[in-house]
Amino acid sequence: MAQYEVVIGLEIHAELLTKTKIFCACTTAFGGHANSHCCPVCLGLPGALPVLNEKAVEYGIKAGLALDCRIPERCKFDRKNYFYPDLPKAYQISQYDEPLCLGGSVTCETETGLQTIGVTRVHLEEEAGKSVHSGDNILGSEYSSMDYNRAGIPLIEIVTEPDLRSPQDAKAFLEHLKRVLQYIEVSDCKMEEGSLRCDANVSLRPLGVQELGTKVEIKNLNSFRSVERALQHEVTRQSQLYEAKQQVEQETRAWDEARGVTVSMRSKEESHDYRYFPEPDIPPVHINSLWVEDLRSGLPELPLSRKERLQRQYGLTTYEAEFLVSQRSWSDFFEAVVQEFDQEKMVVNWLMGDVSRVLNAREETLPQSQLDVSGLVELLRLIDTGTISGSQAKAVLEAVCATGQPPADVVQTLGMQQISDEDQLAAMVDAVIAQYPGEAQRCREGDAKLIGFFVGQIMKGSQGKANPKMVNELLRKKLKL
Amino acid sequence: MELHTMTAGELASMLEKGEISSVDAVKSCLDHIAARDQAVGAFLTVLAEQALQAAEQSDTRRREGRALSLWDGVPIAIKDNLALQGVRNTCGSKMLEHYIAPYDAHVVTKLKQAGMPILGKTNMDEFAMGSSTEFSALQVTRNPWDVERVPGGSSGGSAACVAAGEAPWALGSDTGGSVREPASFCGLVGIKPTYGRVSRYGLVAFASSLDQVGTFSRTVSDGAALLSAIAGSDAKDSTSIPDAGPDYASAVRRGVQGLRVGVLDGWEQDTVLPSVAASMQEATAALKRAGAEVTTVSLNLLDKAIETYYLIAMAEASSNLARYDGVRYGLRVDGTDAADMFRRTRSEGFGQEVKRRILLGTYVLSAGYYDAYYKKAQQVRTLIRSQFAQMFNDVDVLLTPTTAATAFRFGEKQDPLQMYQTDYYTVPANLAGLPAMSLPFGRCEAGLPIGLQLTAGALQEPVMLQAAGVLEQVEQDRRGSYGAV
Ligand SMILES: [Zn+2]
Repeated sequence: MAQYEVVIGLEIHAELLTKTKIFCACTTAFGGHANSHCCPVCLGLPGALPVLNEKAVEYGIKAGLALDCRIPERCKFDRKNYFYPDLPKAYQISQYDEPLCLGGSVTCETETGLQTIGVTRVHLEEEAGKSVHSGDNILGSEYSSMDYNRAGIPLIEIVTEPDLRSPQDAKAFLEHLKRVLQYIEVSDCKMEEGSLRCDANVSLRPLGVQELGTKVEIKNLNSFRSVERALQHEVTRQSQLYEAKQQVEQETRAWDEARGVTVSMRSKEESHDYRYFPEPDIPPVHINSLWVEDLRSGLPELPLSRKERLQRQYGLTTYEAEFLVSQRSWSDFFEAVVQEFDQEKMVVNWLMGDVSRVLNAREETLPQSQLDVSGLVELLRLIDTGTISGSQAKAVLEAVCATGQPPADVVQTLGMQQISDEDQLAAMVDAVIAQYPGEAQRCREGDAKLIGFFVGQIMKGSQGKANPKMVNELLRKKLKL
Repeated sequence: MELHTMTAGELASMLEKGEISSVDAVKSCLDHIAARDQAVGAFLTVLAEQALQAAEQSDTRRREGRALSLWDGVPIAIKDNLALQGVRNTCGSKMLEHYIAPYDAHVVTKLKQAGMPILGKTNMDEFAMGSSTEFSALQVTRNPWDVERVPGGSSGGSAACVAAGEAPWALGSDTGGSVREPASFCGLVGIKPTYGRVSRYGLVAFASSLDQVGTFSRTVSDGAALLSAIAGSDAKDSTSIPDAGPDYASAVRRGVQGLRVGVLDGWEQDTVLPSVAASMQEATAALKRAGAEVTTVSLNLLDKAIETYYLIAMAEASSNLARYDGVRYGLRVDGTDAADMFRRTRSEGFGQEVKRRILLGTYVLSAGYYDAYYKKAQQVRTLIRSQFAQMFNDVDVLLTPTTAATAFRFGEKQDPLQMYQTDYYTVPANLAGLPAMSLPFGRCEAGLPIGLQLTAGALQEPVMLQAAGVLEQVEQDRRGSYGAV
């Protein structure tokens, strides 16, 4: 293995979050009855014509800008011709030789440090429909049904340069890319729902050789894990072929997740001739450079630089900053909370700890949750002023997330305001000492463990509302410990 | 005079004056269809009930003084490659014989908005591929002037029904002459507007960069009026020109004083019928008499137009017709798997000519041939376009024959290349996206109508109509009024 260098390039497809499809006004909403989100255009009915959705162009440009691409003044659409039941027109409207974005790069963190990966191009195209087979798979099926709800959802295809050098790097890059696209809110990148998909080109070459080896394209990579596993498998397979002095065939292989192997789909000779030609129904698109500059200045801070800034500005650890930037909603939330409540460590601890735990248990994301910035600020203040204890705060958080009530109201309803009034607490302490004279005596004689017993009695008597810290101090004073 | 022989303009003015009702007009057409279409075969679908219902509604509107347009109540026929909601949309093909369109084409919406009852849908060469309507997979359409002859194509049904007095006017589509050539063969006025002037939404695509909806009428004024009714921008067609379009009717009687008319240098050497040549001479002289300036111009790439046109049209067609795979609508012939189903469906569903063009189109787009054929053809197209632009600096309108000869007999053109050659004069306007029209001017020895073609610069339809108006006057003066055969 050591004498070979691994060369990987990725082709990533991401569905764009536009409300309507790329060439018609149908909704892009996920789900819905089969073929209920369709019209003559996305069904490819005779006579229907495509009209480009400007939002799709905008989202495509944003993606290109986030990947440091150049946006040419003109792009055009082309037809990619092939027959498949899920393709209503038997051609996909895509972009061939004049894509929306060209020549970018992405810097991301990998196990081997920061790496910059070239982005060849980003182009727009339309999604196909979906086959629903009557059996478990197409071969075992008596018939298949078609659902065209997905047909015509806008996609961007991002093509990287062959700059990746290991399956691990490929996975790290893909995860970073997903984060970037989510940050700029152009795609939700759900691999499990198919809104992010990846094909990989992989080849080996002897170390020190510039020329690329024979490449194999791998399809059907449905999770980050399968990207890494499939590439790893393919690297091993190819290196064994080299070792055995056998040829690596240029071909397309499919990843079989269940068996953990790649299997040949088609050879180079069998590869499709897509007969690309310019789409006559859509005139070339002219991109206004002022618009591009507008979109550029509207881009949010991207995850890698935000991570560095969060560490620098708030003194967070790498781990904490990584947690916050993993989703833009978390870092936005964090920064909004610390505006109001400046104990950054406490904020990040609560977010990483109890807030995460409660949301996970509720199967909610932060934006879906009823917990808002002012809610968490209020909760942290209640803890900070000693109005409620840390353990009470957890209960309050759960109630806030469940009901959407402000924390102060929850505290009121649950009657859980902490008793921190010194006179009131002193009276409680006196009463308990009087109730247990023997234990008090042993305590005064040095059996400090009994303090716990007294604290317990007081907490029980106050239904947990007594401020335990203050009770402890009062007991020590009164029992002269 | 019988209603069905009247022009749309005459019907409109009688409707306006309350001398006839729309129901009268529609009934007259329907009666004539019943009497005559057995022999002519223009209609694939006759919408008697719907047309009468629309006519009744129109009459109510007229009575209540809320006519939708000048043409409210004037019936019309449309080619069967235009989508009309709830009605089959066969395109003259087995593939779509039973396909019902679930929406209206933009031009159909325009007709409905103008209040025109739609009489039915007319026969055509399969998917508009042909010049005689002999390639319809569903029916034979005959030329009302001589039923042994073809009506021209691909909009042969629309031409035949207007010529036979079954409809006062009709819509067709023109990709390489499919309106102008049948208009010429049937003694009608046929207009192909500037590419983008009329929305293609709902026009079943043959060759998207060349297709344009066009009109058939008995007079130039009717053609201009119908063009005004259907022209204008449409947000559903990205290639449509973004403005409403002028009123074309006013151009027709404007005359040609000072208009610069071009004729092709050396056209006399073209292999045209002597009677066609004579018509050209007469027309040139007539235009001069009316004050036009006639000069010769040259377009040396014209000889490359046919090859260029067929390469591009076939390439686009191979892609446009790929959707007929049996999965979603239209004919399906089951197979052992999806690919087998595609194969069987397309083998049975398409006729010979359509298959020929799909195969050639697929070939010219294939890797390794694209540059030599499709790309080269696009380059020549660009040159033809700029030669026209250059030429229209010197002249306002170009006068040519529409076709070298008059309507031919069934089966006369067996060799596809011979058939393609019929389009010699008509395809350049499609390649360059220019407006062009055919109008009847003279007769051949067999008594069949001769068509002359006027071509103008982009969006210069009014100029073309000016010249047409003058020639029409000359023809009417010597032959009496236009009318159905
Ligand atoms: Zn749609």
